[in-house]
Amino acid sequence: MKNEFNVIADLIEKNTRVLDVGCADGVLMEFLKDNKNIDIRGLEISKNKVQKCIEKGLTVIEGNAEFDLKQFPDKSFDYVILSQTLQAFLNPELVINELLRVGKKAIVTIPNFGYWKVRLHLLLKGTMPVTETLPDQWYNTPNLHMCTIKDFVYFVKSRNIKIFKSLALNKKNTSLINSNNLGIKNLFSDLGIFLIEK
Amino acid sequence: MNTEKHIKTLLIKKPLKLDCGKIINNFPIAYETYGSLNEKKDNAILVFHALTGDQFVTGLNPVTNKDGWWSYAVGPNKSIDTNKYFVICSNVIGGCLGSFGPSHKDAETQKIFGINFPVITINDMVNAQYNLLEHFGIDKLFSIVGGSMGGMQVLQFISNFPDKAKTVIPIACTSSHSAQNIAFNELGRQAITADSNWNEGNYNLQNTIPNKGLAVARMAAHITYLSKKGLQEKFGRKLQEREDLKFGFDADFQIESYLRYQGSVFVDRFDANSYLYITRAMDYFDLAKQFNGNLSDAFKETKAKFFVISFTSDWLYPTQENKDIVIALNSIGANVGFVEIDSDKGHDSFLLDVPEFLSALKNFLDKSYTATK
Repeated sequence: MKNEFNVIADLIEKNTRVLDVGCADGVLMEFLKDNKNIDIRGLEISKNKVQKCIEKGLTVIEGNAEFDLKQFPDKSFDYVILSQTLQAFLNPELVINELLRVGKKAIVTIPNFGYWKVRLHLLLKGTMPVTETLPDQWYNTPNLHMCTIKDFVYFVKSRNIKIFKSLALNKKNTSLINSNNLGIKNLFSDLGIFLIEK
Repeated sequence: MNTEKHIKTLLIKKPLKLDCGKIINNFPIAYETYGSLNEKKDNAILVFHALTGDQFVTGLNPVTNKDGWWSYAVGPNKSIDTNKYFVICSNVIGGCLGSFGPSHKDAETQKIFGINFPVITINDMVNAQYNLLEHFGIDKLFSIVGGSMGGMQVLQFISNFPDKAKTVIPIACTSSHSAQNIAFNELGRQAITADSNWNEGNYNLQNTIPNKGLAVARMAAHITYLSKKGLQEKFGRKLQEREDLKFGFDADFQIESYLRYQGSVFVDRFDANSYLYITRAMDYFDLAKQFNGNLSDAFKETKAKFFVISFTSDWLYPTQENKDIVIALNSIGANVGFVEIDSDKGHDSFLLDVPEFLSALKNFLDKSYTATK
């Protein structure tokens, strides 16, 4: 399981109710179900991936987070997870609001466009950055709204969303983000992980 | 149709109050089983059939000498694996393959009911079938499964008996018949009753059947089970055993010939009055209405795990209507999974060889079964 998922799993308390939005093939869901006794549900847009989840015995609903989160009642999950998909929505702000309505807390991870390799790629090559975390070309990427760790922190603050924990990931290394090291973390991390609440 | 020797029946002695107010008792339910019930009696699956289905789910149907209606999905090592599970299916009341229906004799008058048979509902059907659990000594079913009208019965069953099934699989169905659904059913009924052989439902007296009307009803319904794309790919404008148009009203086109064939084989196996009664039951189905308009309330007592399945090209019970069931379940925090299967085969997809559907069904059942062990 990738390190990002280990970090997310550590943020989640045992025996809780969790919704994984964009759960893909259910690797994280399966881990949470088996190791933390989580009552877990998934929402996934790809039919193939939904089938993979069913193969694992996971409860998944085929659907689109931008339209289908509204069926869940307010605060019906302890945590809602959104892993590396925020940037792919037409309206990320609406999705964030929905995550925080449905979940008591939300865990959002974002591929960091402020990562030095991304910056350097654009600076030196003059073409849209392609990295391990952002593997697609400009013409076939699903990403519509790329942001940096800094952008995301500024955004949640401007919307009066509470940040419980912010973590920066760089390969195997995880570190805490605070107001003093934000600039550094924004430069040296390829992924940001945020535990938030409204 | 002298088929009685093939048909197992259970005589229900307990009175059953129907939605129309009438009380019936001492009535038969015809059923068939596949696989074997284990010692703990926790491997039973109750399958509900659709409008023109019957209890012969798989293997050779002894009445029609054709494969059972769900042979793709049910059988040894199939999605509903009869090596593992004990499958029960019964003919719905109102039907014509052994269960209490309009072709039976009224005990009081000793005449065949015809349209004096009480109007039955989906609710009446499942209440009658519930007796099978007692008969087999099953406290809790492992699963209830059905497509189309079978799916409606699945929803009604779990609403009536919330702790009697561990898993619940409504397929290609709806919680409430739409105006379009009712319209197509009415077309079928009008075709039957407009046939002069129908004779106010008393065709048995003159030893005829309203075969033309019933065939037209089947033809119209059959179109609704297929998709435009499926029809176009299979038939297009291909001509039936001729080089050119004949400038007449014979079946010039293959699609015409196909529909005529579908109509003609149907009248040999299905009773016209049963068709009236069962379509009526479907039209009356509105689960939300039973709960003052709140569909979620139909499921609030159950802890069962749901798996809802729809098909992209099904325009009779489209994905949105299946999703409405999912939404109602999610709004009360029920355990529900949902998948829409890609298929060009229309509403009939659930009966056909659609690998993604068959594997999803199998995986859901087998994983859920292992999880309960």
